[in-house]
Amino acid sequence: MFPKPIEKSSPLAQTSYKMFLPVALFIWLLPLLAIFLTSIRPAADINSGNVFGWPSDFLLIENYFAVFEQSKAGTFLWNSFRITVPTVIISVSLACLAGYALAIYRFKAAIPLFFIFVAGNFVPFQILMVPVRDLSVQTGLYDTVTGLVLFHAAFQTGFCTLFMRNFIRALPFELIESARIEGVGEFKIFWHLVLPLVRPALAALAVLIFTFVWNDFFWATVLTKTDASLPITAGVRALNGQFVSQWHLVSAASLLAALPPVLMFFLMQKHFIAGLTLGATKG
Amino acid sequence: MSTTGFDHTPIPSGEDNRSWYQKNRLKVAPWLFLAPAALFFIVYVIAPIFQSIWISFFQWDGLGEKVWLGLENYYELVDDDRFYTSLKNNTLWLVLYMLAIPAGLFIALFLNQTVMGMRIYKSLFFFPFVISQVVVGLIFTWFYNPSFGIVGLVWEFFGATPPSILGDENLVTYGIIFAGLWPQIAYCMILYLTGLNNVSPDQIEAGRLDGAKGWSMLRYVVWPQLAPATFLAVVVTVIGALRSFDMIAIMTQGGPYGSSNVLSYYMFETALSEYGFRMGYGSAIATVLFAIMLLFISYFLWKMYQEERGGH
Repeated sequence: MFPKPIEKSSPLAQTSYKMFLPVALFIWLLPLLAIFLTSIRPAADINSGNVFGWPSDFLLIENYFAVFEQSKAGTFLWNSFRITVPTVIISVSLACLAGYALAIYRFKAAIPLFFIFVAGNFVPFQILMVPVRDLSVQTGLYDTVTGLVLFHAAFQTGFCTLFMRNFIRALPFELIESARIEGVGEFKIFWHLVLPLVRPALAALAVLIFTFVWNDFFWATVLTKTDASLPITAGVRALNGQFVSQWHLVSAASLLAALPPVLMFFLMQKHFIAGLTLGATKG
Repeated sequence: MSTTGFDHTPIPSGEDNRSWYQKNRLKVAPWLFLAPAALFFIVYVIAPIFQSIWISFFQWDGLGEKVWLGLENYYELVDDDRFYTSLKNNTLWLVLYMLAIPAGLFIALFLNQTVMGMRIYKSLFFFPFVISQVVVGLIFTWFYNPSFGIVGLVWEFFGATPPSILGDENLVTYGIIFAGLWPQIAYCMILYLTGLNNVSPDQIEAGRLDGAKGWSMLRYVVWPQLAPATFLAVVVTVIGALRSFDMIAIMTQGGPYGSSNVLSYYMFETALSEYGFRMGYGSAIATVLFAIMLLFISYFLWKMYQEERGGH
């Protein structure tokens, strides 16, 4: 293990390490702590200049309630769920199928196709913007949740396919071969043999895509305009305009926007990190 | 695939009464599995790339007739000061964003211990990455505010007049990049933490016997083994730097006077916002950005391809 385990150092070094850890964390998360404190302070504090000091009163419930009451934050949050959850389901399913095809069958086009999926995942959004927006307008999907879902699902399929293909490739191929000799159909092999084995990958991928899509701002700006389909990220920006210099409400709304991915990360931490680092761990 | 002999050998006696699909299933099946994903990907990702390049040769407001301009948009780009400002800022992003890699490694080394509660510490350090960039942008906008923010507080503490970071043409891009580094460092940190987990203890031991420690251990024993993590960190950081959009949209909208613009935001502004619906010109900017990214993407793919051949 590198660096040298701290247990092997002098007691003084050990103590100072343990003392310094929380200090470092405090500094690192200072921005978040600050907006959390702000989100529970009364408006009077901000007006009187007490922005970073101890709040004169704790209005956790009142302030968050006010955000829902005075703005459409509720609708925006709900829209975000309506966009994110179907996207996760569609892109992960499509990528399972495609990843399976690219990992198991050896055909000439497999590698080029795989690289096209990978490359597509890295392109700048702007090169897609005008045609995708135009397509959405033409098909009546502009400013709808469905329009956003379809685009996100298609785009995330690139990353998901990369991920699934690498995961399936690492499975023991003999399993599939012996099933084939038994005469099991290709789809049955996929469904009954491979799918149960890739469950951990599915979980990892689902958490990651949830976070990516939830946090999207660009496509929300390009493909929607009315409150009926605006997700919370774009919504928070709108609220920022609405609650001018009411920092306590802006902070509360921001934290609401950040909460679902944070919860997701905490609940599924192991999967999340496994997902992010798949490439790095496999070497 | 080296077949098992199950599919392609003709059945010796009598006629082959399996259906066409059964006879060819190993050739057909992959395409059936691929079809839905490929269809989606072609419609929403592959085709739009070519459409955008095509549109960049026209003048178009998004609704009416397209007017053929040839290379006119690109000629205009060459004389466009805002384009050069954006390009310069993109370079700045790219270079400074790379700081996330050593910083991430540094924090990972700091956290790579097995003290009680370490798991919680690691995940809390990772937090900034999970949060939307919109929120990060808002937080830092507020921090940079000279009258309400931390910056104001600190400067006043020293009796100085606080600078308006986001209002100063010379500081603004640095201010946004600094904010952007926060989540990016967290990302690189987690990549390195996992990388450090996979470093072979035997080699560390061997290194120790050879008298390596501290810096020399890091440089000659650990660093080479972190290569996959570093590669991934470089990929995500380069892509992240060139994709920067959210922070700029939230913090400055490219201002003041376009001084914090980058290509991605300038393109958006030209094609969709106040500067009017110049889809053709916007597409030309997007094409340039795409070309720049393609250089990096090709390099990454080439590296992956090498690995692929070395592997299986």
